[in-house]
Amino acid sequence: MKTLIDTDGKRLEKLADKCHGKKDALISLLQDIQLENNWLSQQVLRGVAEKLNIPLTEVYGVATFFKAFSLKPRGRHIVTACVGTACHVRGAPRLVDELRNILKIAPGETTPDKIFTLETVNCLGACALGPVVVIDGVYHGQATRSKVRMLIEEIRKLETRKRKTNHDKAKKQPSS
Amino acid sequence: MINLKINGISVQAEAGTTLLEAARFYGLEIPTLCHLEGLSPYGACRLCVVEIGEESRSRLASSCTYPAEEGLKVRTASERVIKARKMILELLLASCPQSKVIQDLASKYGIRRQRFRQEHEDCILCGLCVRMCKEQMSAQAIGFHGRGNKRGISTPFDLKSEVCRLCGGCIHVCPACQLRCTYNQPEEAICGGCANISPPCLEKEKFHDMMCYMDPCVACEIKNEK
Ligand code: FES
Ligand code: FES
Repeated sequence: MKTLIDTDGKRLEKLADKCHGKKDALISLLQDIQLENNWLSQQVLRGVAEKLNIPLTEVYGVATFFKAFSLKPRGRHIVTACVGTACHVRGAPRLVDELRNILKIAPGETTPDKIFTLETVNCLGACALGPVVVIDGVYHGQATRSKVRMLIEEIRKLETRKRKTNHDKAKKQPSS
Repeated sequence: MINLKINGISVQAEAGTTLLEAARFYGLEIPTLCHLEGLSPYGACRLCVVEIGEESRSRLASSCTYPAEEGLKVRTASERVIKARKMILELLLASCPQSKVIQDLASKYGIRRQRFRQEHEDCILCGLCVRMCKEQMSAQAIGFHGRGNKRGISTPFDLKSEVCRLCGGCIHVCPACQLRCTYNQPEEAICGGCANISPPCLEKEKFHDMMCYMDPCVACEIKNEK
C-alpha cells in the first residue's frame, strides 16, 4: 500500500522539502500529493500553506481552480466516460447509465467502499474511437455496455483478491 | 512626461499612470466599478472601457489597467464606448439587479428597461473585497475559489476564518452589497447584510433581522426561494 500523507505531516514535509520553500512550487506539490492520496484534505492544504508560507486563501484558490485536484476523497480506480458530442451520438449516454447501474453512483461520486470514482468529461480528443471510457488512464475505445461491465468486474475481482490477501497477511502476522 | 491625446485634447501624464488616472486628472469622467484608489488595478468589470488608437483601427481597452503611452489617441465617450458600456451595465444589472450602485450607474446611462433575465447574484466578482482584505488589511482572509461559472469568493473551505479581524472592509467596498461598514457591531448597521447573503467574514445570525435602506430588501428572499 502506498503511504498516505499522514496527519503528522512527515511525508508532507519530505515532499515540501523538495520544493525548497519556493512559492511557485505550489502546483507541483499539490500534484504530488494528489497523486499519492488521490485527494487533498483540508489538513493537507493547511499544511501546504504553512510549509510554503503561502496564505491559505491562495492555496485553496489554486486547489479549487484545477480539475486535476479533488477536495473530496476519490476512489482507487477512476472511471471516466466521455460525453462529448461525438461520443454522445455514438451512445455515451447509455454507457453512463450502465456505469451508474453497475457502480450505483452518479457521475462525480465515489462508491462507499472507496474503490471507484465515476466521472464524465466533454471530449477527450479521441472522437474517432468513440464512445470512449477511460479506466485508470487506459483508453477503451468503441466501448460497449458489456465491455464496460467486464472491465469493472475485473477490477472488482482484483480488489476482492487484494483485500483477501491483505486480510490473510494480517491474520498470519500476530502468530509469527 | 508622456504626451497623449484624450478626446482630441493634448494632455500630459506622468510615466506609469493609467489612462483612467490621466483622464480623471483632467476631469474627464469614466465610470468604474472594480477600481478603487489604493488597491491594485484589476480590470474585472470592463466598465471603464475607452477607445484607443486611430479612428479606423481603434479598439476598446479598459482604462484602469492600460498605461498611458506616448502619442496615444484616446476617446473616453465615443459612440462605440457608450454602446459597449451600456451593454456591460445591462449585463451587470441582470446579474445583480438589487445593487444600488449598479442601479444608479444604469440609470445614469439611460437604461430604463431590463432586457436580460435577472439572476440576482450576490456577487459580480469584481474582486474589490479580496484586494481590500489583502492589500489594505493584510489579512487575506477571503479569496477566489473555483473557476468558470463556479467561481466565487469565500474564506478557505467556507469556514470561519482564523485571520479575519471582522474589520468589515470587504463589505464596505462591495458594490453589490448595501451594508454600511459598521465594524463588528451589528447594532449599528443600517442593513442586514442579507442583501449580500454571505458577507464572507461576519457571522450572519447577528445581522438577521435588520433592514436594508432599500427596504424591503429583496435579495435574501429571492435567494432563498431559488
Ligand atoms: S467526444 Fe468523446 S472523445 Fe471527443
Ligand atoms: S474599473 Fe476598469 S475594469 Fe473595472
